[in-house]
Amino acid sequence: MTTLIVAEHDNNALRPVSGVVAAAATAIGGGYDVLVAGEGCASAAAEAAALAGAGKALLADHAAYAHQLAENIAPLVAEVGAGYSHILAAHTTTGKNFLPRAAALLNVGQISDIMAVVDEATFKRPWAAGNAIATVRSSDAIKVLSVRGTAFDPVAAEGGSGVVEAVDSIHDAGLSNFVGESLAVSERPELTAAGTIISGGRGMGSGENFALLEGIADKLGAAIGASRAAVDAGFVPNDMQVGQTGKIVAPELYIAVGISGAIQHLAGMKDSKVIAAINKDEDAPIFQVADYGLVADLFKALPELEALL
Amino acid sequence: MKVLVPVKRVVDANVKVRVKPDNTGVDLSNVKMAVNPFCEIAIEEAVRLKEAGVATEVVAVAVGGAACQEQLRTCLALGADRALLIETDDSVQPLGVAKALKAVQDNEQAEIVLFGKQSIDGDNSQTGQMFAALAGLPQATFASEVKPQAGSLEVIREVDGGLQTVSVKLPAVITTDLRLNEPRYASLPNIMKAKRKPMDRTTPAELGINVGSAVEVLSVEHPAERAAGIKVESVEELVDKLKNEAKVIA
Repeated sequence: MTTLIVAEHDNNALRPVSGVVAAAATAIGGGYDVLVAGEGCASAAAEAAALAGAGKALLADHAAYAHQLAENIAPLVAEVGAGYSHILAAHTTTGKNFLPRAAALLNVGQISDIMAVVDEATFKRPWAAGNAIATVRSSDAIKVLSVRGTAFDPVAAEGGSGVVEAVDSIHDAGLSNFVGESLAVSERPELTAAGTIISGGRGMGSGENFALLEGIADKLGAAIGASRAAVDAGFVPNDMQVGQTGKIVAPELYIAVGISGAIQHLAGMKDSKVIAAINKDEDAPIFQVADYGLVADLFKALPELEALL
Repeated sequence: MKVLVPVKRVVDANVKVRVKPDNTGVDLSNVKMAVNPFCEIAIEEAVRLKEAGVATEVVAVAVGGAACQEQLRTCLALGADRALLIETDDSVQPLGVAKALKAVQDNEQAEIVLFGKQSIDGDNSQTGQMFAALAGLPQATFASEVKPQAGSLEVIREVDGGLQTVSVKLPAVITTDLRLNEPRYASLPNIMKAKRKPMDRTTPAELGINVGSAVEVLSVEHPAERAAGIKVESVEELVDKLKNEAKVIA
């Protein structure tokens, strides 16, 4: 029994979530190897091989894999993964894109967004925006699992075998092309890795008003998030959305500002260690999950908060 | 150009689901059901493609119990031309649904298959991608904009880091994200008209496929509830609590 992890990286460095997936593999037991598919990604493969507990890193370096196109990555994952007992990837937009495709190519099911490993075939996962937690068992020959990025503590970045082996298989389906991307550039920590997050909702009123959160985020070293309502209203871009269909976060401190607390938003942040909420509506559902609630006009409270930090 | 839109019947987004007392599942008795919101966005996009003269026919398809006809009628009222129910009382998982839809696609030969990116009950985000694998089609998941071009689609995708644009050859699979469009409401005349639109029924057996799953649900529980917190009176008190009680800020 050995697990194959599909690493998440930017062709240069591993993303931190890969260490979380490695932790899930460690919880399953039996050891794990890491597939690093990309273009010019040897440094990411070296990092993968160094992960605590890692067997070998399998490096598939080819232009066809440069942008993680599912049509090319999935057959590679299915081919390399066929010899393993488990195939794991992060439940991110990258993992969600190629992993089910790979599972179908192997004619096995997938268990998405696992939060806990009960045993090698049994896992816990959320259902209906986390309002229920299901314990599910797979009798498939190969267990394909996507892992919730907040559910396991990442393994250490060193202690692995350091062995990198090249994989020569090239799958270029010719069905899709990468055209371009516009990625958010920020000096702040990534939402899914941040220790502190301050998020704004519809109550912020406009995109400009998110500037009120920036000074506080700077002082706290925090990431800035948003509710779906704020993204739908066009205040801020989609990559800031926290919730059932956006990003799942679990920082030490989550400050919700002008967010009412729909169950879909709570699904993305209620595992935060401490939740503080500022909202002028004292009946807002966010106060039912907040450790500290302040009923106040955010336009008065935010400048005060910034001044006090 | 034909557009196939698979839709799922789910618990309404405004319902807070309850776990059955014996922990065998979620209590669905007397719970309001609806078209999965992401599937509604898919129907809307298909209808807009038809209104724009790109698509010629929109076919809605569901896999599940007889009650799914209710959601298929909603799709017809929203502008789908006809509907197909693959009827089964088995509890189906994404791979089984993808296999059933592959059998439908073999007959329909749609140019675009438009899925929702996930259902709001299962939250799996698997079916569109699995279908694309089985059908050998490219996939543009989490779409926030779809631009038809000659023989291909240019699709803007919502990814964790921002937006990515890909081009996929037709026929292709798309899964919808939230910002793709804002679905319309069905008008009363359209609801009446939908009653006369064709709805076919078949079964997995008739399609020659097995929708069984190797994934079994052992138990379902409520998540650990957060203990209710306290209200503070001022920003000063909030900062004091965060610093000295919770110790989460320095």
